Amino acid sequence: MLRLPRLRYLRPASPREASTAAADLGGRAMLVAGGTDLYPKLKRRQFDPDTLVGLSHLGELRVVRGDACGGFEVGALITLSDAAAHEALRAAHPGYAEAAGLVSSPPLRNVGTIGGNLCVDTRCNYYDMTYEWRKSIGFCMKKDGDICLVAPSSPRCWAVSSSDTAPVAIALGATALLTGPDGQRELPVAALYRDDGIEYLAKEPFEVLTALRLPPSDGVRSAYVKLRRRGSIDFPIAGAGVALRLEDGIVRWARIVLSGVGSHPVEAKAADEFLAGKGLTEEVTAEAAEVAARPAKPLDNADLAHFWRKRMVRVVVEQAIEKAAARA
Amino acid sequence: MSARRGELRVIGQPLQKVDAAARVTGVAVYADDLNLPRMLHCRILRSPHPHARILSVDASAARRIPGVKAVLTGHDLPIRFGILPVSQDERALEAEKVRYVGDPVAAVAAVDEEIAAAALDAIRVEYEVLEPVMSIEEALREPAHEPIHDRAYTRRPFNVHRQLSYDFGDVEAGFARADHVREDVFFYQGNTHLPMEQHSAVATYIDGRLTLWTSTQVVHYVHRALAKVLELPLNRIRVIGAAHGGGFGGKTDPFAHEIIVSKMAMVSGRPVKCTLTREEVFYAHRGRHPVLMWIKTGVTSEGRITAMHYRSALDGGAYGSYGAASAFYTGTLQTTTYDIPAYRFDSVRVFTNKAPCGPKRGHGTPQGRFGVELHLEKIAHDLGMDPVELKQKNFVKPFTRAVNWLRVTSCGLEECTQKVLDAAGYLGRERREGHGMGFAISSYMSGAGTAIYWNDMAHSEVQLKVDRTGVTAYCGAMDIGQGSDSVLAFVVAEELGLTPADVRLVTADTDTTPVDLGSYSSRVTFMAGNAALEAARKMRNLLVEAVAEKRGLGGDLPADLRDTIEVRDGRIGDFSFEEACVLATARFGALSTTGSYRPPRIGGPFKGSGVGPSPAYSYSACVVDVDADARSGLLTVNRVWIAHDVGRAINPLLVVGQVEGSVYMGLGEALMEEQSYRKGRHKWPSMLEYKSPTFLDTPEIETFIIETVDPEGPYGAKEAGQGPLLPVVPAVAAAVYDALGIWVDEIPITPEKILRALEARQKGQQARYGPKAFPAFDFGQPIRVEPPDPHDMRVGPELEEAFRA
Repeated sequence: MLRLPRLRYLRPASPREASTAAADLGGRAMLVAGGTDLYPKLKRRQFDPDTLVGLSHLGELRVVRGDACGGFEVGALITLSDAAAHEALRAAHPGYAEAAGLVSSPPLRNVGTIGGNLCVDTRCNYYDMTYEWRKSIGFCMKKDGDICLVAPSSPRCWAVSSSDTAPVAIALGATALLTGPDGQRELPVAALYRDDGIEYLAKEPFEVLTALRLPPSDGVRSAYVKLRRRGSIDFPIAGAGVALRLEDGIVRWARIVLSGVGSHPVEAKAADEFLAGKGLTEEVTAEAAEVAARPAKPLDNADLAHFWRKRMVRVVVEQAIEKAAARA
Repeated sequence: MSARRGELRVIGQPLQKVDAAARVTGVAVYADDLNLPRMLHCRILRSPHPHARILSVDASAARRIPGVKAVLTGHDLPIRFGILPVSQDERALEAEKVRYVGDPVAAVAAVDEEIAAAALDAIRVEYEVLEPVMSIEEALREPAHEPIHDRAYTRRPFNVHRQLSYDFGDVEAGFARADHVREDVFFYQGNTHLPMEQHSAVATYIDGRLTLWTSTQVVHYVHRALAKVLELPLNRIRVIGAAHGGGFGGKTDPFAHEIIVSKMAMVSGRPVKCTLTREEVFYAHRGRHPVLMWIKTGVTSEGRITAMHYRSALDGGAYGSYGAASAFYTGTLQTTTYDIPAYRFDSVRVFTNKAPCGPKRGHGTPQGRFGVELHLEKIAHDLGMDPVELKQKNFVKPFTRAVNWLRVTSCGLEECTQKVLDAAGYLGRERREGHGMGFAISSYMSGAGTAIYWNDMAHSEVQLKVDRTGVTAYCGAMDIGQGSDSVLAFVVAEELGLTPADVRLVTADTDTTPVDLGSYSSRVTFMAGNAALEAARKMRNLLVEAVAEKRGLGGDLPADLRDTIEVRDGRIGDFSFEEACVLATARFGALSTTGSYRPPRIGGPFKGSGVGPSPAYSYSACVVDVDADARSGLLTVNRVWIAHDVGRAINPLLVVGQVEGSVYMGLGEALMEEQSYRKGRHKWPSMLEYKSPTFLDTPEIETFIIETVDPEGPYGAKEAGQGPLLPVVPAVAAAVYDALGIWVDEIPITPEKILRALEARQKGQQARYGPKAFPAFDFGQPIRVEPPDPHDMRVGPELEEAFRA
């Protein structure tokens, strides 16, 4: 079987200590919580740290604070299963809870964390393969090589952002709390990502994501629709997170964010603008979906034909808008 | 050996499998569970190129790594092997050439797997890369560099492995009298078995004796391959089938890793284990052949078939495996399904630089079933006839002989059909855009009528030992989860008036069990079942004889008197089973009986008639209900109704399990599974990326067991493990047509293909997605075969006499 490489595992006493340890070791260290993304990738030699800085024992990160009126602070170690089942969270931000509940499969949601899902590595079916397979086809620029196999003339990596929870978090205007060796900072989840398959996170690799802050519910309606081949296990091949506020049937504001169609969660700002101030008729929804789908750039590096995925972005956006609007 | 007198007490009962508790509690010992003292771990270096010459292999650096105990390269294992005598084209480690990404080149045994893996990385192999051949069309052209295999071996042009062409009956005349003739082209994509358990083998070599524990379906054929390649006598080799985690045809060949660990054990003097990674399982493959088909059929205006011409081209991948047989199977069983009065069958199997294809559940027949069922649907629509009606008009009849000499005995096609049509409400189904039902049928063999290598011996042998400690049944049959151990216990228990728990089993161990050819071609219930029945009846007679003698009935007991001694509920007449054993042992000495089964000669008087004959065929009919969304192309299978003529259910629970498993696997092939290649490599050799349905994607399956009580099956039983897969795939495609009015003539039926077919219709083109044409290929002069009298049921020596006459 594929074996993990030999690793040193650190068990720091606090997020700050974890970050300091990771910073001291530089590229040799990686942070790990649930490990559902990291461990298989270590077995496939997609990363080669010699030290893992463990976070999963840090109980302070396994707490949900707050409520619908004041907003929530969801500890990064909260498992996806717990987030999906959290009653107050579900009532206030159904789109977020539903996204958490659609990640992978039940056993992996029981272990995988909400912090991990926000930081999940970008994916590409030229990259998420064993060392031997990648060596056989020729290494790509994301690991061990210098070209992009899906777009060989491209100077950049097109690995796909595959977080299910990031789109809704961004749509809701959530923020992320990060702890570094020198203290804490807070930034919008939208600012956590960069449009690059390799350097897909805007945070320092040693910064520890400690919590996700979700705003008060305040009449915001949210939904997430995920497209994947099977009813379970699969990463999104297109997804739409939607948050919107309706007043007397008129959209006061809406935010649509896509997953699985680019190297970062893609904000469909033109569609947001289009929707603002409009009544949500079938035609308006369809046109908004059309506009939202434009920035989606699926390539031949994920499941099913990319022509079909591109076409389906419209469909999932439409469904997500309708679903969000239908929520009280 | 058909149904016996009186009431059956074990047969037909929904009893628990004999190994159920061991399986669900994790106690069953799989090959990878074995950890022997001083055991080494073996990893195999595989080709990174789809097609290349090996110029040099330098393993010196690997040998120097501490912890590395043995390194093998191609020169250590020069003898070729292969499952079929006509296709001895594999080497455990290739020395001159590699033919697909994954072809084994070198192997390392080390004290742990990490060291073995690091050592592989230190082996330097110099290749001269050749242009790969990645499709049927390319393989039927002159290759850029050289053919994948030597022409001295293939003796055929281009990259052709095998070709065949037959004319059964007067095909020209058949087409001439047709009122309507139609031609269609179909493509069935390749897919793999995806067993939960990866292949694994552990070998020891001590005192000149080799022992191999392995996850295989064919201990006997592995035994023979080891003897050949390792140049050891059979009596120095012991092959033990470890607890099995799933095969579906994927563990029916002897494999390189089995030979490599054996050789490693011989050179290192230590036990050696090799468990394939999931990626390597995709390369070991031997799965469903991608098959391109062209079918032409003539019918009368009433819908009766007058002639059929069926052509198939199989993408065989890099090696022969079962391919020579697979090519036959794509066409041979059309005539055991439908009554085709004249039939031309051409087939060509090509080599390509992909993982080798072989037998997967249904071996070669699902492809043809898919093509022919859809082709007949289209003909029915041409005639303005209901497809079910057209098919029914052409159903093969029980106890007839097909135009290609295959003998059909019991056949429950009509009953199966009626059952699923009624249950599904097919004829009164709701007709609306986006909703549809599809219907299809199939037949499948209950065991191949001929062995893989020519011999006159039994195909299955059972020994029964009874003494004062109880009953033990010995048989070489390998339980791969289908329940063959349970079937042995049920048969013996039934005959000896015991419960299955009273029967100890020793199976799949070449040192201690008599030969059974293995778990392939759906043969075990039929053949090992009949052998067990014979052994058990002989034993029963000994016990009854001893009891009769004790009661003073004495001597040569007439049959009617013997029948007065009841064998049931752990008693033989007035005696407990244990008392009877004591009496019989005192009377006869050590009690041992044997049973064996050899199918009769069934095939016709022509070369190649050995593939297709079976002592009995199972039959299935299936209705699938789908919703298909025209906007997204998304397809949902809501429900499947399937009826299967199993002859008699030895255990209805096991039959339903086999049927449901087949339906699940068929749906996977119909909807998503795909062994696809990109840039010469398997596109996604991983369980995450190779899509196979989950529980959530599997609909309600309603199974009906039809019992036609076959005259030659044990208690009338036929197969259940493979046949029920076949109708599912075309039924899905037919349901898509019913829902949207488009044909997807290629599996898997992905949303993209549905949209493309809808777009084609919008543009005024044919409302279909599928292959455009069958490549040009000269099949040569067909072998002309005079058809038999359809009522001639003779088999064995009588049949052979008929050939001579």
